[in-house]
Amino acid sequence: MVARLFENRNFLGLLFMLPAAAFLLAFLVYPLGLGVWLSFTDARIGRPGQFVGLENYIWIMGDFKFQTAVFFTLFYTIAASTVKFALGLYLALLLNHHLPFKAIIRAAVLIPFIVPTVLSAIAFWWIFDPQFSIISWSLRELGWIDGNIDFLGDVWNARWSVVFANVWRGVPFIAISLLAGLQTVPPSLYEAAVLDGATRWQMFVKITYPLLTPIIAVVMTFSVLFTFTDFQLIKVLTNGGPAGATELMATMSYNTAILGGRIGEGAAISTAMVPFLLAAIMVSWFGLQRRKWQAGSDDHA
Amino acid sequence: MRKSRVETAAATAAITIEHVADDSEGMSYLSTLPQRLVNVYMPLLLIVIVLLFPFYWMVITAVKPKQQLLDLDQFNPFWTWQPTLEHIKDLLFKTEYPLWLWNTMFVAVSATILSLIASVFAAYAITRIRYKGAQTVGGLIFLAYLVPPSILFIPLSTVVFQYGLFDTPFALILTYPTILIPFSTWLLMGYFKTIPYELEECALIDGASRWQILLKIILPLAVPGLISASIFCLTLCWNEFIYALTFINSSDKKTVPVAILSAFTDGDQYRWGSLMAGALVGSLPLVVLYAFFVEHYVSAMTGAVKE
Repeated sequence: MVARLFENRNFLGLLFMLPAAAFLLAFLVYPLGLGVWLSFTDARIGRPGQFVGLENYIWIMGDFKFQTAVFFTLFYTIAASTVKFALGLYLALLLNHHLPFKAIIRAAVLIPFIVPTVLSAIAFWWIFDPQFSIISWSLRELGWIDGNIDFLGDVWNARWSVVFANVWRGVPFIAISLLAGLQTVPPSLYEAAVLDGATRWQMFVKITYPLLTPIIAVVMTFSVLFTFTDFQLIKVLTNGGPAGATELMATMSYNTAILGGRIGEGAAISTAMVPFLLAAIMVSWFGLQRRKWQAGSDDHA
Repeated sequence: MRKSRVETAAATAAITIEHVADDSEGMSYLSTLPQRLVNVYMPLLLIVIVLLFPFYWMVITAVKPKQQLLDLDQFNPFWTWQPTLEHIKDLLFKTEYPLWLWNTMFVAVSATILSLIASVFAAYAITRIRYKGAQTVGGLIFLAYLVPPSILFIPLSTVVFQYGLFDTPFALILTYPTILIPFSTWLLMGYFKTIPYELEECALIDGASRWQILLKIILPLAVPGLISASIFCLTLCWNEFIYALTFINSSDKKTVPVAILSAFTDGDQYRWGSLMAGALVGSLPLVVLYAFFVEHYVSAMTGAVKE
């Protein structure tokens, strides 16, 4: 009887899924639901909290700090993802050339992705130091500026500085993934295009880009997702400052719930990220998928 | 003999890929050297310099003597002729840094082992046992990969508290697998799919159990996948910040990224030396691991993306 059971596909499957399912249910699915529930309560650290309906959401909607955080999160995601995509694709195309020491160059390019973000962010913190920044020093020596640049103290300087650090960290992942995609494009297509007198730009637009769209869609979906929910870079570089100008929704929810102890409100802020997240995934996923379909339909027309 | 068939298949695949890669260089004769210099080498050099500069800066700051650290006018900041190990020595002997390093490693290795065991079973069940609804479960696991820690940490902190795990290494060892399992299951599913089904059928006919098949046929053939998954998991654990920041309170239980931030941010003018030394030493284990397994890293990254 027991032996029979072990030959049953469904029973065996269930048994094999058990460890993974236990982890994911206890520490992912349950907290995900709990987070939504908490956002409808007035829970604080050490106090379970009562159901208060939409109160938390109404409160944060009217909060200027929250509005700034939403604006900056969107700005951060859009600016960083756009630049990351453009630079990543460019770098992938460069690496796809026949190069001496190609393996070493590729390995070096990936290092920013390997080193823990917090640790490289600390290096950026030092590079962006208001007094002893190496960038300010170099520009001063070149005679391009007179005083030091206040990288992290000025609102827009700080915003662009953290975007720069995020781009720096994200480009290698995108470039190496796209490079893997580029290497699957059959070279005969380019040879045929050259015979037909196509320019480099035409070859890129008509061959490379369309063939790359599926992988671009996946890579950019991940990139947008991780940029939108970023926490580490901001926590280290600016901690949301100056005056909340670089506060992301993730850092704001941490400050509210963990440091401020207002679990319910913090949960509302992080739950508010979900619709944005879904929209971002939809745009980058379906937007690029449709491009692919359009490129396909061009051929039939 | 059975094994060799797989190896031949893998070798053929490798040859085709290499063949394709070789051909793509066939058109480089169309551009001259000066053209390539301006179009390829110069921009590439510029990008690589920008990508690596923060690490150079980290290293040089970590070995600079204190008086040179902040005196930019008298000493050229880009180089030092008196490298010192002072900062690194301070770090290792005057702070709890070795303990933090140990904590990070312990948590990363434990979480990776737990995740790999769970993922191997799950991936095998989804790709090979093909129980009812296996496809759906595969899709759900991919979705789990898209759930970011920054929307989970608040409810998770209350869960960790309820289970009595708060401020213990288990708070991290048990929560990290939620990040690692979806990724490594997805990666291993890809590897398991490439193993010919016939091998398993032969074993089934010979009377092997599922357990024996998994242990003696599938796992030995999936070793490259296991290596890729495990080093990627280690990197992810090492990199994890928000859970470690939220669930750990006492200094002697912290991991490197969290501890280093709270330890040296006391406003000391010369803290940069110890900060950079800490960042450098904290990155080295991963960089060394990476240097040995570059190809596995790349295949883990692109493998997860391609699926």
